[in-house]
Amino acid sequence: MNHSATALVVAQSKARRKGWLRYSTLRKLVPYFYVSPASLLLVLLMLFPMVMVFRYSLMDGAIMKKDAAFAGVQNYMTIFENPVFWQSVVQTLYFTIMSVVFHFIIGLAFALLLNTNRVDPLIRSILRVLFILPWLFTAVIIAIIWRLLLDPNGVINSVLMALHIINFKVEWFSSTRTAIHALTFANIWAGYPLYMVSLLAGLQGISKELYEAAGIDGANEVQKFWYITIPQLMPIIISIALLDFIWTMQVFPLVWMTTGGGPIYSTEVLSTFTYKLAFSQYEFSLASASAMIILIISMSVTYFYIKHQQRR
Amino acid sequence: MAKRSFKSSALPTILTYLGLAIGLVFSTFPIVWMFFSSLKSNTEIFALPPRLLPDDFTVAAYLTIFNDPVKVRFFINSYFVAGVVTCLTLVVAIVTAYGFSRYQFRFKNTLNIFIISTQTVPPITLLIPYFGMVVAFRIFDTYLALILTYMVFTLPYAVLLMTGYLNTLPKELDEAVLVDGGSSWTALWRVIVPVSIPGIVATAVYTFLLAWNEFLFALTLTKSMNLRTVPIGIQLLMGQHAFEWNEMMAMSVLGSLPLLVLYLVAQRYFLAGMTAGSVKS
Repeated sequence: MNHSATALVVAQSKARRKGWLRYSTLRKLVPYFYVSPASLLLVLLMLFPMVMVFRYSLMDGAIMKKDAAFAGVQNYMTIFENPVFWQSVVQTLYFTIMSVVFHFIIGLAFALLLNTNRVDPLIRSILRVLFILPWLFTAVIIAIIWRLLLDPNGVINSVLMALHIINFKVEWFSSTRTAIHALTFANIWAGYPLYMVSLLAGLQGISKELYEAAGIDGANEVQKFWYITIPQLMPIIISIALLDFIWTMQVFPLVWMTTGGGPIYSTEVLSTFTYKLAFSQYEFSLASASAMIILIISMSVTYFYIKHQQRR
Repeated sequence: MAKRSFKSSALPTILTYLGLAIGLVFSTFPIVWMFFSSLKSNTEIFALPPRLLPDDFTVAAYLTIFNDPVKVRFFINSYFVAGVVTCLTLVVAIVTAYGFSRYQFRFKNTLNIFIISTQTVPPITLLIPYFGMVVAFRIFDTYLALILTYMVFTLPYAVLLMTGYLNTLPKELDEAVLVDGGSSWTALWRVIVPVSIPGIVATAVYTFLLAWNEFLFALTLTKSMNLRTVPIGIQLLMGQHAFEWNEMMAMSVLGSLPLLVLYLVAQRYFLAGMTAGSVKS
């Protein structure tokens, strides 16, 4: 008996008991009954606030003034005229692109290392658990771990000096030249495991026959990697990279806790720029306009993500 | 990757182990360093040359935290908020996932796209209207404000993970109940939920992780010390006693402990659930 037929029987028996609803109507309502709690909650917590932030962004003195006046696109103009905004855009892009690229490279390298049968299975499963650990740590803790390690008197400087790679104590997070790189590095450390987990699952899903067939045709390991492994993993790589791009672009706590956007805006990203507008300067209308810009960028990448997911 | 000519030799195996060793240092060294720093005295933390193991182990930093009711409160708040959010999210997600996995209906695809796209909405965008709403509804600086707003992040993942898991269960399972004249609601709670424990565990761990780690809303929607959660507590500690590194490391160890324990206990379910939910959704 197929599923819709059984649902029909159930609805029918219920309708007979109730009497006042035709079973066809009831049958159609059942799925909506199940999906409504999450849908309603998300509409309430998502669509309604989005309309509000859009409204705020068109007002002058939102939240702060009782009778905030309509201001049109004035807030957006003010944002676009702010050089710190454009600096944040560039820094956000650098931070995000570097993070996504290195997350992918490290995630793939670890997944490949963990997927070979050259390694003892027990060691492999232990390492698989350990390699994921950075992912479990909250951004605040990642921030202070790296502030400790990258302190001018910290262990990284000591090691680099002992190896004669640097000859003075670098102030990683408080120099305008190094802060954005130190921040990006900490984020790379924190974020590769998602790729590793997904790519490992993907590697295990690739049919062995593909490799055997390629082996018969005389392909070497490098060719197998480029012509089988990478194309087979491509759908996963694209999904995860798009999601990672969107998420990294929005990162707030790590930046806030390591550099706070400084020194002199050198690590300001869109989220810290927006946050400061709202909660340090109480310019909620300007902040809303800035938040709308982040939303629009995110949603345009999300569009590609959903397109891609549906094609799979 | 290994060259073909080395295939029969031991070199690829040695290189693989070398790669794994480098990976192990890269992934765990900062965590190990954090742990041992929490057992050092404050003067020893920046000792030259740096040593991983403390000369004299001391749990003084931990004792300071346990003896400070304000800091203990951070942990109680985090456990409470993350616990309540996890329970509420699970109930709503299980019901919704059942609808998605067992029925075809109009707007199903639209709704699915909506839930997927909620994963990618920037928290900072929602923060400003949430702040406005929370103040307007007079729930600023309450647990309720945190619990409600956290659900906007936990629900999409929980629904997607649970739907992914339920899709792997054969429909004959719940159809048996329907054939016997039971309702689908009975089938869900009596049959589907008991066999979905691995999926539910994975979803619960991930939800708890998201709620435990949340920073931005906890920072902005609460104000009083007795409502602050662990991440905010650590941030405040850092602002006030910037030089007490051992105490901050001890806070970090304690703040990561529940997630580490949950993950180590449930990692089998967790990894299976994550890959079922994210890779093949």
